[in-house]
Amino acid sequence: MIEIIGVITGFIMILFALMAIESKKLLNSIVFLSITSLLSVVEFIIMKAPDVAITQAVIGSGLMTSIFVFTLMAMKKSGEK
Amino acid sequence: MKKFVAALLTFTVAFFIFSLLYDSQSFFPKYGEKDLNNTISQRYLEKNTDETRPYPETGSANIVTSVVVNYRGFDTLGELTVLFLSAMGVALLLNVGKERLGFRVKPNFILKAGVRIITGIILIVGIYIFVHGHLTPGGGFPGGAMIASSVLLMYISDDKFKEKMNAFTVLEGTSGVLIIVLGLIGLFAFNSFLYNFLPSGEIGHLFSAGLTPILYVLIGLKVGSELSNIIGNFLTQGGEE
Repeated sequence: MIEIIGVITGFIMILFALMAIESKKLLNSIVFLSITSLLSVVEFIIMKAPDVAITQAVIGSGLMTSIFVFTLMAMKKSGEK
Repeated sequence: MKKFVAALLTFTVAFFIFSLLYDSQSFFPKYGEKDLNNTISQRYLEKNTDETRPYPETGSANIVTSVVVNYRGFDTLGELTVLFLSAMGVALLLNVGKERLGFRVKPNFILKAGVRIITGIILIVGIYIFVHGHLTPGGGFPGGAMIASSVLLMYISDDKFKEKMNAFTVLEGTSGVLIIVLGLIGLFAFNSFLYNFLPSGEIGHLFSAGLTPILYVLIGLKVGSELSNIIGNFLTQGGEE
């Protein structure tokens, strides 16, 4: 059962990674990337590595997403002037 | 056509990885079914193999912590150096000045009030995670990142908020120097860098595991202040001097 969940999560991760590459809007791309790293948290927990999962959840999904969003906002701001 | 080939390659690699991971007949054993008795990791799992010492070797309840901070403490110091260099690179590249970038959408009242409540909770959870790093999964890096995320929330909610850069820089430098001083004490007095020279106490207590919790607190403070500095640098722009 747990293996099936892991395989399904992996395939959804691949799907979201491809969508992050292919999407036209940069904001959507960032959100898809964030979803990919959130799903990798699930994978890490299935692989019995809770410490890596905590680090991935905080840094991969939280801080990286926000820094990407901030960078996007700063880019828009300077382009509009 | 190119995209199709790329997708095909990705799925092929993924298929091989998953079939290796989940097939017991193949190259790797399944999770939790590896026989640890015949490998070297058994020595690290037992943690009290040094007969010349009256207490367990590391005394931490979490095997990952004892590997990361005790046996491979030098490696962790290298990771901290990498983070420090990247923070310095961000500060240099972004031409950090005095002006803070404002958001086009002003933060509303609910965001401000909610952040004021939730920032303290996130800060406390981050500190809890790096203080209890030797007892639970987690440790310096996630705890420091949580502190940085509370600083991030303050940035989002308050349009005028600007952190005290000097305080964070001083905190970062002090904790980094203290880690190296502790390592050098171990090197000169006990002939091994970052040697665990404090008594390890009883496994499972808060004040146990010798040097490990002190190192984790220092790592957490350093990582937290560095990531906060990075976030602050992303939200400032060079002012006219």
